[in-house]
Amino acid sequence: MNGAFFRLAATLVSGLVFGFGLSLSGMLDPARVRAFLDIAGNWNPSLAFVLGGAVSVSALGVLLTRRLKRPLFDESFHLPDNQVIDRRLIVGSAIFGIGWGLVGLCPGPALASLSLGLPATMLFVAAMVAGMLIHDRLVARRSSRMGGGAGAETRLSQPH
Amino acid sequence: MNEYGNALAGGLLIGLSAAILMVATGRVAGISGIAGRLLQGVQASTGALFVLGLMAGPLLFRLVFGAWPGVTVTSSWPLLVAGGLLVGFGSRMGSGCTSGHGVVGLARLSRRSIAAVATFMAAAIVTVFVMGLLG
Repeated sequence: MNGAFFRLAATLVSGLVFGFGLSLSGMLDPARVRAFLDIAGNWNPSLAFVLGGAVSVSALGVLLTRRLKRPLFDESFHLPDNQVIDRRLIVGSAIFGIGWGLVGLCPGPALASLSLGLPATMLFVAAMVAGMLIHDRLVARRSSRMGGGAGAETRLSQPH
Repeated sequence: MNEYGNALAGGLLIGLSAAILMVATGRVAGISGIAGRLLQGVQASTGALFVLGLMAGPLLFRLVFGAWPGVTVTSSWPLLVAGGLLVGFGSRMGSGCTSGHGVVGLARLSRRSIAAVATFMAAAIVTVFVMGLLG
């Protein structure tokens, strides 16, 4: 048994199922997403079923991992165990939410819809990548100024 | 009705994807984390494969149903750039987005993820509301 091969295969399958699920769910459509967020206007609540369905099956996966000593194709689990609600988490999530509301695209649907070849989503993804790089450069620079490069590295390798 | 059925079925599949990744490889199916690490060259091969699979999703949909998933983007180009920058920056700063905090974090009952989801849902709803006011 080649663990690395099955790990890569499972990752590819997981990505494919994720992208197909997004396509089926309606999440690829920014107009639908913005209608879901428009609770004071012409609200379309259907996308709540996407999150509900996703969290329930994901929770079954979580229950299964708790019965396993290690994942099927790796030595150990790599799940974050940080419980601290800090300013970075809240401010970052708020910034993300504003961007999500402005356009109706979040990272998964934005990347998946690249294969539709629409200039608008390509532009969004280019800006999103720039935003990620700007953030990670700023964090790296700040931590090197404080002499704590290792701390930032742990932070950067841990996020969801 | 069909709209709701498809939303639920799609959601169940997204959850299945997260469960597969978690049980098989022990990792969180968080798109902003995977994309961010890929940009840094960390876990690049698994990250690239996941994104490749993600992008193949709409192609598989096209094969199965004979049509592309519907996508309507009405935002102006400056708005797309601003939204993209905020989504990229914020999801890295907050260590996750709709997938990592939403699909996986909530399922793990992570305190951080519950706080993050409440925050970005509120921010997005207020943003759409204010944009409605401004017309």
